[in-house]
Formats: sequence, C-alpha cells, structure tokens
Amino acid sequence: MELYEYTAHELHDILLRKEASAREIVESVFRRIDEVEPLVRAYITLTREEAFAAAGATDARIARGEEIGPLDGIPIALKDNLSTRGIKTTCASRILENYIPPYSATVVERLMSQGVVMLGKANMDEFAMGSSTENSGFFTTRNPWDLDRVPGGSSGGSAAAVSAGEAVLALGSDTGGSIRQPASFCGVVGLKPTYGCVSRYGLVAFASSLDQIGPITRDVTDCAILMNAIAGYDPRDSTSVNREYPDYTQYLIPDIKGLKIGVPKEYFGEGLAPDVREAIEQAMNRLQDMGAILVDVSLPHSEYALATYYLVATAEASSNLARYDGVRYGLRAKGAPDSVTMAKRTRKEGFGAEVKRRIMLGTYALSSGYYDAYYLKALKVRTLLIQDFERAFEACDVVLSPTSPTVAFRIGEKTKDPLSMYLSDIYTITANLAALPGISFPCGFGQDGLPVGLQLLGKHFDEPTLIRAAYAFETAWGPRSPKPPLQTGGRDRASIPAGSFSDD
Amino acid sequence: MTTVEHGLSKEVELKYETVIGLEVHVELLTASKIFCNCSTQFGAEPNSHTCPICLGLPGVLPVVNKRAVEFAIRTALALNCKVSEFSKFDRKNYFYPDLPKNYQISQYDLPLGLEGHLTISYDGEVRRIGIRRVHLEEEAGKSIHEGSDIVGASYSLEDYNRAGIPLLEIVSEPDIRSPREAYVYLNTLRNILRYIGVSDCKMEEGSLRCDANISVRRAGSTTFGAQTELKNLNSFRAVEKGLEYERVRQIRALERGEEIVRETRHWDEARGVTVSMRSKEEAHDYRYFPEPDLVPMVIDREWVEQVRSTLPELPAARRERFIKEYGLPEYDAELLTESRALADFFEECVKGHHDAKAVSNWVMSELLGLLNAEGKSIEESPVTPEYVVQVLDLMAKGTISGRIAKEVFEESFRTGRMPGAIIEERGLVQISDESQLAGVIAEVIRENPGPCADFAAGKEKALTFLVGQVMKKTKGRANPRLVNKLLKDRLERA
Repeated sequence: MELYEYTAHELHDILLRKEASAREIVESVFRRIDEVEPLVRAYITLTREEAFAAAGATDARIARGEEIGPLDGIPIALKDNLSTRGIKTTCASRILENYIPPYSATVVERLMSQGVVMLGKANMDEFAMGSSTENSGFFTTRNPWDLDRVPGGSSGGSAAAVSAGEAVLALGSDTGGSIRQPASFCGVVGLKPTYGCVSRYGLVAFASSLDQIGPITRDVTDCAILMNAIAGYDPRDSTSVNREYPDYTQYLIPDIKGLKIGVPKEYFGEGLAPDVREAIEQAMNRLQDMGAILVDVSLPHSEYALATYYLVATAEASSNLARYDGVRYGLRAKGAPDSVTMAKRTRKEGFGAEVKRRIMLGTYALSSGYYDAYYLKALKVRTLLIQDFERAFEACDVVLSPTSPTVAFRIGEKTKDPLSMYLSDIYTITANLAALPGISFPCGFGQDGLPVGLQLLGKHFDEPTLIRAAYAFETAWGPRSPKPPLQTGGRDRASIPAGSFSDD
Repeated sequence: MTTVEHGLSKEVELKYETVIGLEVHVELLTASKIFCNCSTQFGAEPNSHTCPICLGLPGVLPVVNKRAVEFAIRTALALNCKVSEFSKFDRKNYFYPDLPKNYQISQYDLPLGLEGHLTISYDGEVRRIGIRRVHLEEEAGKSIHEGSDIVGASYSLEDYNRAGIPLLEIVSEPDIRSPREAYVYLNTLRNILRYIGVSDCKMEEGSLRCDANISVRRAGSTTFGAQTELKNLNSFRAVEKGLEYERVRQIRALERGEEIVRETRHWDEARGVTVSMRSKEEAHDYRYFPEPDLVPMVIDREWVEQVRSTLPELPAARRERFIKEYGLPEYDAELLTESRALADFFEECVKGHHDAKAVSNWVMSELLGLLNAEGKSIEESPVTPEYVVQVLDLMAKGTISGRIAKEVFEESFRTGRMPGAIIEERGLVQISDESQLAGVIAEVIRENPGPCADFAAGKEKALTFLVGQVMKKTKGRANPRLVNKLLKDRLERA
C-alpha cells in the first residue's frame, strides 16, 4: 500500500513509529497527484513548495523529539474559497483569478499552527454556487468513480481529491449541501457542522447565514480529528458560538444500541432514485440490526425548503458578491471610460452564468415592493422549518435521509436545467436553513457501482452523536471506502471487492 | 436657472409655513473603527489606516466595537430617546467605489435610539424639536474624482482611511419652522454632542455633516408639501443660507402656480443658489436586509443605566442652573455653557472667587478676548482658573486697580506667570496708604490751580481731571476711590 492511501490517523501512527517521514508522505501524495490529476482535475492551485517546507518542519520536530499532534505532517486540500495568505484564492471565479489574499482564514491558521501540510486549493463551483463543479470558472472536476460523471459540488474538488488519493484530508464549505453531496458522490465522509461551530472568518461568503466550513475525509475517525482542529469559538466571527467544544474523537464508539433514528416520510417520496432508495433502505436495516430504533417522523414544511433556500441564499449572495467591482482587487475590466462602467464590465466579464443568475434572483428578492413577499416570507418559512426539526427531535436523536436523491450524474446532464440541478440538494439544504449539523457517509452503491451517501442530521451542536452513529456503521459495514476505479463508465457491481458494503 | 431675489412681501410670507427636517451625521470619537481595529485618526497618509476588514476583502467579517455602541446609547440618552432593548444592523446596498463592500452596514428598522427630542431656545422662544431616530453605521471612504463627478472623471482616487469610522445618524422630525431655527438646532445639537464627548463635530474635517429636507405649505395646513433634500451644506451658515434660498424658491414657485418637484438639490455656495441633482423617483432602492454577519444586539438595561449615570449635565440644564445658582443674566449663562470646558472653567473659578458675576465678566471679556485674539479655544488656554481667581481676589481686596489687573492678566496670559508674582516683582501694588498719597495730592493741587478753582466754583468734572493727574503720577497704582476722597477733602477744606 502506498502512503497516499492511508488515512490521517494511520499516517500519524506511521510518523510516530518513524516508518515514514512527513516528507515521504507528501512525496507519495504528490506522485499520486502527478499521476491522476490530469484525469480528475481536483485542484486549481498546487502549493508544492509550501507543502514540502511544511513536511520538512514536521520532520524537524520529530527529529528534535518533540511531540507531534494528530495532524502534524498530514497533507490536506483546501477548498479555494478559504483565504490563504500569499496563495491565490480564486473561488473558481475569473473575477478572482489572480487574487492573492494578505491574510489567512481562522481555520487555515488553526491547521497551520498544528503542522498540517497544505497541498493546494481545490476546485469548486464558482463562489460555491452549484452541485457539480460545472460552474467552476476554470474547469470541471471528474468523479474518481466514473470520470464521465460529476464529483458533486460545490466542494467537488475537495471530495474528489480525498477520494482519488490526491489528498488525505480536505476542507470544504457547505451552504446547502456543498460538503455532504460531493462526499456522497465520491464515496467519502463529509460533515457540515452546526452553524456557529466553525469560524467563517476567511471563508469567502456565499450566503452568510448558511455557510459553514467542514471536513471531507476517508473515514469517520479522520472526520473527528479534523473537527477537533477546526471547531471552536473565534472572536473574529460574531456568529461563532462561545461554548465548550468537545474532543470529538471520544465519540468514536461503535455502539448505537438504543439510538433513535428518525425517518422523515417526506424524504422518501417522489424524486428519489430507486437505486439510492434501495441502498438507503438496506443501510436502515443494518442500523436496526445494530440496535438502533427507527422511528417515523414528519417534517411537514420540507416541500418549501428549496424555495426558501433559493431566496435566502441568493439574497445574501447578491449583497456578498457586490464587492467584486474591480476597484480594489481581482479582475478589472480594461478600457472603461469611468469607474461605474468599469464595475459593470468587470462583473459582466468576471462572473459566470450561474453566479449572475443568483445575483439577479437575490437582487429581485430584496427589491422594494418584493421584500415582504419573498425574503421576509422566506425567513418566516425558515422558522417553520426549524420548528419542524424541533418537533422531530422530540421523538428521535438523529434524522436519517439519503444525502442526495441520485448517485453522481453525468457531466452536462443537468447544466441546461438549473432547477434539476437545484433538486440534487433537496435533502441537504434544510440542515443549513435550520443551522443543524449533518454528516454524509458511504452506505452502499447504486447504479454503475457508484457510491451512495447516507445523511444523518443532528440537534444543534450534537456532532458527537452523528460521529458515533457514522463510526458505528463504518466499523460494522465498511471500515474504509473501496478505491475508486479512476476510469470512465463506472464499473459493474460484481467487480466491487468483497468486504465492502454492497455484496451481502 | 431661475435666480431668486431674496425677500418676499409680508403678505406672501404670512401665507406660507416652512417645514424643515435635518439629517445629521457625526463621526464618533472612538479610537478604533466600528468593525475592525484600525485607527480613526484624521489626516493620516491615504490608505494607511486600513486592513482586510475595512477594505472589504473576500472572507472578512465585522465585529462590533462596543465603545461605538456605548457612544450611540450615550447620544440617544442625551437626546431623550428611548434606547431599544433589541437592535440590529442591516445592510444598505448601493454601488460606489468608496464603499468597500458596496453595501454599508447600517441600521434600518430597529435603530438604537427612537422618539427623542431636543429643546432649543432663541430670541426668547423655547421650542422642542423631535428626534425621530439615532442609528449607528459605518462611514464610507473618500473619493477624489479627476473631473466634476464620478461619471466623466478621467480617473478616480480612493482613500479608505475613513471607511469604517463609526458614524451616528441623527434624524429630526420635521419640526423645524425656519432656516434660523435649523441653525440654532444644529448649534444646540453640536454643543450636546461635544458635551457628552462622543464627537468633535468638526464640519471642516467632515466629522459633522448635515442634509436638510425642506418643504413649504399654506399656513394652517396639516399636510406636508413636496419636499426637496439639500446636499453639500458645508457649514452651519450654509445650512441656514441654503434653506433660506430654497424656502424662497419654493414659495415663489407656488406663487407662480408651479408644482414643487420632489428632488435632491445641491447648494452652490459660490453662487448662493440650489441646483437640481436628481429626482427622487430615480433614487436608489437600497435593498435593506438584516446583516447576517452580526447577531442582533440585546441592549442590557443595566448597561443603559450605567451609561446614563456617566452623562454630564447637559448645556440647557447647566444654563438654567447658572442663572439660578449664580444669579447670572441669561446672556452670560448661555455664553458660558456653550462649551463644557468653558462652563467647567467658569465653575472652577467661582469655587475660588465667589463673586460669580465678577468671574463671568472677567472670563467673557478678558479671557475670551485674549483667547479669540490668538484663535485659541478654552482647552488651549495658557491660564488656569487659579490665575483668574488670584487676579479677581487682588482686585476685590483693593490691592490692584482694575486697570492694573487687566495689564497683569495679559502678562500672565503671555508668560504663564502668576498675577501675584508679577505684581510683586513690578511693584504694582495699589497705594491705599493716605500718608503715601498725601504728598502727590498736594503736588497736583499745587500744579493745577485752575481746575482747583473750577471745582471750588462747583464744577464737579474738575475733580475727575485731578484724580486722573494723581493716577498718572502714581502710574495707576493709587487707589482711585481713596484719591477721590482725599482730593475732595483737601479741596473742600481749602
């Protein structure tokens, strides 16, 4: 087994046992990147030099006999909407193509201070708007399970990199499912923490009241380890919650006896693909076998969630993206006769179609005369959605659903129809609207041997229960996700190796 | 362009009533900006007081400066406003290159202060002007366009030092009835804001700005006429002059049977006219919505009370107290309470020298005279209350005459030396010793037989001349009252 194939906690043990150096680990990962990146295209920017320097620093600490933390020397991919000092942060947008921030996001600072090795900046949908990376201003990332398919989005580069062995860990951001849906499509673990759990300082805003940064990893243990590093109060983010944050790794307990899992009937209706339904129902049976109790719950306002989301998110985005005018940084359209024209042309040239569509939707929703009917109404429905979950959580500990209604779709399949693309987030967006934590982990395979993700939503700040449940399932049914084939056309279910979850 | 001759006939004047509301923006005197730690100091190198936050770089977040909120509460209380228990920030969206995020973090429907009032008095009349709201927001940067305005400028320069300085918007009700009243309102408001130490209110540095809304209506009408908004009012005088111009312009238009167009007008100081800028119909839709990067503020009542307890006595109350407690005429009380520092100076003097009117006279005519001549404020005064007390005490005791007192005080002002020391050194102590004066008086009588005879003949005026001669010979040090008495005695005895 090559070093790049190991998880973070395995690599940590390898470093502790001095079986390999941090430099050898990062070398292995970059060899893998050199090998498969032309197929996958997960990264916008690679930071090879910085990565080798960071790995060297880890090795020096080890050589000096210093104690190293669980993430010291571990290679990570960062979504390209996380501000990194001195390193381009593009948000996959032409408008920020050459933008080099003078400061780092809080999460980046935290990781760097723990010796994490940054590999580069991962591709995404432009400004995190999309579900496939097809809205990237630069290129589309391929799904390692089938190179003709999308990796999901918007954190598609992060999920594909982790899945393809081009990174051990990754950070993504999730505004409506942008961590969980690509994790599901790429067969890896993704967690969207409770709103306020992870500092947003330095995360380039899409929709401020919905955005959260979270881990994308190969297993649940790594997810808990990465959460330990990024969760916590940050005085630079007024929406970050000042409370005690637990050691998430202490919830890596393979026991869910008595755990009450709510199954909302609204999430198993029309639009759910049969292969995904089958995989999810099989996983539900397995959870039950492990001692969990399935209870029926109802989230009666679910049908309004998508509409609500596309009002709140676009309204906030229309304002958040106003700053890209060519005056201070980023793209500046050439030859404009005055600064008003300059701003207009810069935005026309710099933003892609989906970003423009959402800015227009949001601008409309906030306009005088429409505000009450759209934005204000959406805020009210948002409250109803929160109340739906409060009632559901009276009967259960976590809420279960598919992460996405389908497995990874084909590149180009939904680009002509934005609404069908939006529907791919139907199960994930409510967690953002209700500020709840949600985890997606591989639970089986659907058509063409493509991974299916199972989503569990928890109570506010109850990431521990999500980690425990996902860990228990992973321990019992899939200690690690099988390697993706890195070819087109997916593969036969029969070819999936024994020991993974599909063939019992 | 229509030029308007000022002055309407009495008949026309009586037909109309003027309705004015003012929107005042003041920069708060916090050390750092409202959402970041950058300095608020005026006059620094362009863009030297900036950081990722006030430049609105991708990914930054605002954190509210507690001191700015405290200053807003302080102002709300001083203006008799209700301080909201629950307040929040909103985004005001508009594009302008000096606005780094292309939205301004402001307050829309839940401002910090609501429903206050301000009492103004002038020409013996006392009026209460309603304060509609007091809200907190961030200042924009400063644009310099090479050309007349943003469109058509060959280039524009941006300085973001100012961007993010905390700004308070104070909106009056349309309760002001004349340009003169607007002027007095502004003065009163400025005095209060300076008293409570929240702003230096320097219009020339832009730390106080004023927009005015004005309309006219038929006297007795209860509905409002179409209003215009005046911009570019760069001094209190400009506010008064601009409003006066606009008032007359509107009345004349109505007299001609025209309708007033609801619009923004620019005050052209040089030409003394207002010109149309843009009509309100084309005005921005600011698309206000709650600022999602900041949590709503719950204003703790204890905090409000604590802020209230640190409020100083405000100018109006202090003026009344000066009249009652010190028996000062209204004019004196008004002038002395105009600035907190001056009123403090006065009261410090009265503590040492109890004749309040004497202190008031001295401070107003002597001290302020000297300060004004040098263009200094009371805060920059080289003499402390101790000097005033000493000079007044010496005068009251008869140690020095009024003339000497002025001379000595001037020297103190110039040199910083205490009056007592100057008097002693220069031997300026008043001569109140009869035996010392007897010789001089005899000399004067001898040298001026004519005036002495005049006095004997009943010409009282001659005595004044003779006293003057004694004063001259003693270089002003003789006690004039004593000289008067001694001269009279000697001449009558003769």
